[in-house]
Amino acid sequence: MSIRHTAALAALLLLGTAPFAQAADKPTDPQIAHIAYTAGVIDVEAAKLAIEKSKTKEVVDFAKDMVRDHEAVNVQALDLVKKLKVTPEDNATSQALSKAAAEERAKLAKLDGAAFDKAYVDNEVAYHKQVNGALETLLIPSAQNAELKSLLETGLKIFQGHEQHAEHVAGMLK
Amino acid sequence: MQKRHLWIALMLAAGTVPARAETIQVTIDRLVFSPATVEAKVGDTIEWVNKDVFAHTATVKGSWEVMIPPKKSASLTLKTAGPVDYFCRFHPNMKGRLVVVP
Repeated sequence: MSIRHTAALAALLLLGTAPFAQAADKPTDPQIAHIAYTAGVIDVEAAKLAIEKSKTKEVVDFAKDMVRDHEAVNVQALDLVKKLKVTPEDNATSQALSKAAAEERAKLAKLDGAAFDKAYVDNEVAYHKQVNGALETLLIPSAQNAELKSLLETGLKIFQGHEQHAEHVAGMLK
Repeated sequence: MQKRHLWIALMLAAGTVPARAETIQVTIDRLVFSPATVEAKVGDTIEWVNKDVFAHTATVKGSWEVMIPPKKSASLTLKTAGPVDYFCRFHPNMKGRLVVVP
């Protein structure tokens, strides 16, 4: 067990996933639900900033896709925690994620035009990569409830799709 | 448009719509097209049934695109023969293939 945790932690550190690196202990289902929900909210907030600031159709369209998908995932997540009578539990990982996201948003808010587009899309690629790494190595393997695990697995496929979509948009901006 | 008219004209000339045009269903569940590969004839209709709460597309680069809203179905009638690979533009990790025979 501890070897697997150490390996997962090492993988996260290698990916440069600072917020997740604090989660050395295996998160519980209520914590996993909170982390997954928080990760979705963060991406929706970044997307809303992009919809407001960007004048590039591809970037705005991408951001709208992010809002739509992540809100849909989070509706499912809320339905599931209600059904399972689980109360999502705030934790160090969620807090670190939110803090890092607030810093990123502050950075993005100061940029305009092409500089904003590039910074937003590059961050989307990096952010989805980071969340995917955490889902694969930590959150999915730690989840105890089968339905939660299944929702996380669907979430992983969505996030992997977004990562590829973001890479495609990044390629178009060049 | 021109091509389409010609196609309709040809069908009228032949006297009938191709006899056994079928509708073939492709289900989308948790970001997977199933079956991933479909064999069909020109004139058949592909109906994508989206069980996800997410919007998807069936997109062929440089050619057609079908929008498939969450929990809805969308269709396309096949007009040209040949194999085509399609993907979801929103989630490019979703891939499918149509093998269309004349």
